[in-house]
Amino acid sequence: MDNQVAIARAQARYARCIDDGPLEDWPSFFTEDCHYRVTTADNYARGLPAGLIWADTRGMLTDRVSALKEANIYEPHVYRHMLGQPAILSESGGDVESETPFFVLRVTGGGPTDLFASGRYVDHYRVEGDQALLRERVVVCDSKEIDTLLALPL
Amino acid sequence: MDRLTGTQVSNRAPDRSWPRSLTRVPYWVFQDESVYRAEQDRIFHGPHWSYLCLEAELAEPGDFCATFIGEQPVLVTRDVDGEVYAFENRCAHRGALIAMADHGKARDFTCVYHAWTYNLQGDLTAVAFAEGVGGKGGMPPNFCLSDHGPRKLRIAVVHGLVFGTLSNDLPDIEEYLGEEILDRIDRVLGGRKPVVLGRFAQRLPNNWKLYAENVRDSYHASILHLFFTTFGINRLSQRGAIIVDESGGHHVSYSAIDRSATESTEYRDQNIRSDSEYRLADPSLLEGFSEVGDDVTLQILSVYPGFVLQQIQNSVAVRQILPRGTDDTLLNWTYLGFESDTEEQRLVRMKQSNLVGPAGYVSMEDGGIGGFVQRGIAGASDEYATLQMGGDTAESSESRVTEASVRGFWLAYRESMGFVPDDDAPLPEIGEHERTRVVRA
Repeated sequence: MDNQVAIARAQARYARCIDDGPLEDWPSFFTEDCHYRVTTADNYARGLPAGLIWADTRGMLTDRVSALKEANIYEPHVYRHMLGQPAILSESGGDVESETPFFVLRVTGGGPTDLFASGRYVDHYRVEGDQALLRERVVVCDSKEIDTLLALPL
Repeated sequence: MDRLTGTQVSNRAPDRSWPRSLTRVPYWVFQDESVYRAEQDRIFHGPHWSYLCLEAELAEPGDFCATFIGEQPVLVTRDVDGEVYAFENRCAHRGALIAMADHGKARDFTCVYHAWTYNLQGDLTAVAFAEGVGGKGGMPPNFCLSDHGPRKLRIAVVHGLVFGTLSNDLPDIEEYLGEEILDRIDRVLGGRKPVVLGRFAQRLPNNWKLYAENVRDSYHASILHLFFTTFGINRLSQRGAIIVDESGGHHVSYSAIDRSATESTEYRDQNIRSDSEYRLADPSLLEGFSEVGDDVTLQILSVYPGFVLQQIQNSVAVRQILPRGTDDTLLNWTYLGFESDTEEQRLVRMKQSNLVGPAGYVSMEDGGIGGFVQRGIAGASDEYATLQMGGDTAESSESRVTEASVRGFWLAYRESMGFVPDDDAPLPEIGEHERTRVVRA
């Protein structure tokens, strides 16, 4: 299968997993020794390495889900991810670098639909057959401001 | 420093009485627009040191940071003489921002509106078309550049933290902070060069003072933040203490590994989760190192009005609390490492950045809780919060099951706002009676 198609399919399922569940499946979109980070365009441009969320193993992603389910307290909310088409930036066999623009709407409690985040996924995929797994996803948010809190992943 | 005339602090205190007892906080203080306006004058433009930025963000001559004192935009620069300067980010001509970038490098600043130009110390050095064009127009002959310019701030640098003030009517920073607070800043930052690892901003749907209270509230830490207790990171029964400075406004809460601790049942007795089956799939998150060679794993330090220095495990950060409206606050986070960090230590800091910030395992609740209070107190302006945990004073304490440092904040606040303590304001006991009467009626 074409890498672009494999990535587009994986990303559609990724967004559906976070927005409609089950969230427990979210780590399964990554390889075991993955990197996932949520940062801002400013930090990214300056090469500042910290993240709002920072993981270098799939286990850390699993822990993020467990903490959200079992430990952290926050007002219930839902996301709706809208993703653009992935731009394939480089391909070397099954190693693919791509970027995908996104925006995420958030509804907290009984409140209105808020535009919560916009940005791009800067990704490194490992494509094998028809399966595309994330070796690295850097979520680069356009704004430096997060409204209230960031609980569910982007 | 000829323009360091300071802001005339308005003598106007909103016409409000404040309970003499520190155990009562009126809810109107989080809601009232006139109180909010008065805070800008009396607190942020008043005789207090406000955190501006890190010296590390001004590493080289020409580096600048655009920051704030309260709502007021401020530029902090390092000039070619190596010194740090700060002045209002407001053109002396028509009031436009002098610089728009948050961080950058400049030889001088030129206002985009009419190209008035300032040097790195905030002196007006040129006015476009000052002589007019073709002998026509131009500024009047008696126009003097040095009479015009943004107000300059008084600056103080403490272990790489840059503080500034628009007031002349306050002591130097060492006296302002006091020895105990200085010692605790020194403990984290002394003798080390911080490195910025990332900057994040969080918009809080609540009054700035609700966050200032939350930071000083050691009582809530292991109750609201269940990640700590779920994974056994921090408990009130750990060895620790609260320091409240003499003014009440600054505080330190810290805890250390208690190597003699025995299993306690206090949490189970309170029906608060502490012993659970939850384990991290990747426990490397909590595999840190001794931050400065002692057993302290948590130190939260606040400086009145709006500064926080935190060490949570090996997550070191500064926070700047900026008011944006009666129910709107901007919280700036700057995550720090140190030049002396090894690669392994830097990796620990990256992993532990998950603990803090807008998505932090032990801080995301604080993003929401202020909004819960702000929404909860709607329609209850004449009611009071009650702060009786650990007594009614604002003193240092060996117990962290206390609201002493929250009371301290209000002691400093009512002093700086000029609210007169009022004996007639209801005491907690009276409030209880009233409530009972209403229920029974």
